[in-house]
Amino acid sequence: MAETVDAGFLVRWLVAVAEAVDREADRLTELDSAIGDADHGANLKRGFASVTETLAKEPPASPGAVLVTAGRQLVSTVGGASGPLYGTLLRRAGKSLGEDGEVTRERLAEALDAGVAAVSQLGGARPGDKTMLDALVPGVEGLRSSYEAARAAAEEGALATVPLRARKGRASYLGGRSVGHQDPGATSSALLLAALADTARTEEA
Amino acid sequence: MSPATGGAAAPVGIVLVSHSAAVAAAVADLARGLAGGGDLAPVLPAGGTPDGDLGTSSELIRRAAKAVDRGAGVALLVDLGSAVLTVKALLAEGDELPEGSRLVDAPFVEGAVAALVTASAGGDLDAVVAAASEAYAYRKE
Repeated sequence: MAETVDAGFLVRWLVAVAEAVDREADRLTELDSAIGDADHGANLKRGFASVTETLAKEPPASPGAVLVTAGRQLVSTVGGASGPLYGTLLRRAGKSLGEDGEVTRERLAEALDAGVAAVSQLGGARPGDKTMLDALVPGVEGLRSSYEAARAAAEEGALATVPLRARKGRASYLGGRSVGHQDPGATSSALLLAALADTARTEEA
Repeated sequence: MSPATGGAAAPVGIVLVSHSAAVAAAVADLARGLAGGGDLAPVLPAGGTPDGDLGTSSELIRRAAKAVDRGAGVALLVDLGSAVLTVKALLAEGDELPEGSRLVDAPFVEGAVAALVTASAGGDLDAVVAAASEAYAYRKE
């Protein structure tokens, strides 16, 4: 089993995210049409397709550089709030990794944790507000134990947004009517961590 | 940083970021119209996506900020949601927007008029930001 991951692993992760977002775009848009403006699937699809394209053209040398490049690309190409939010997550995580050529899973978890803190600061949201943080916070916490724990915790966190009332983002305008719907941002965040676990599993096989 | 780096006469630039290209352009026109005669400080809209859809484009924001920058700072007024987050993310990046760029916490329409009037009168970035923010205090009933 690979104890450390390199730039190639992170590129394969982001390619897997792009595939997952492409596959699930309709579901994300459907969730977003219930409590948002029905653009989450299309926005992320465009953003991660552009990330994949950029990484293929000029593959960065270090894991940190992969995340910084991907983050910048998301801020540039996603026309909705998910662009700056996911962009900040990856960019801050990448900066936290520095120039190292290989990093451990624990180090990756720490870096993503710094990214999650930056997302929380940018959007002013906290866990329980029915946002992407409800999947990211437990998911990144799970990553400290294993890739599969990250997947499970993020998925559970996304499902747990259903009964919540939105306190941040566009869904918060709906007040009580946001209750009963799964948050699209938490759902796409769970896809990110599921793709990470898939990538790790493929490497082990 | 000093707002006077571009010389005492350099005006503060203003960028209006809205989800809608039409809203951003119309508010820029409105502000120009209400700011009165004389030389106006540079103000540009950055609305919608490059395809003309509703949304926020970091590329349009970067371009507008660069175009209005005279060295005295750039005040960015925003409507909501991704417009706020995109400008914040660009500012956090450090090198994406001109030096002295600042996100202004102000009502979009009233703030744009107050900012342009103040910038055109020669106010520095602090004065422009203060004038735009003070527009929150004007009650309508």
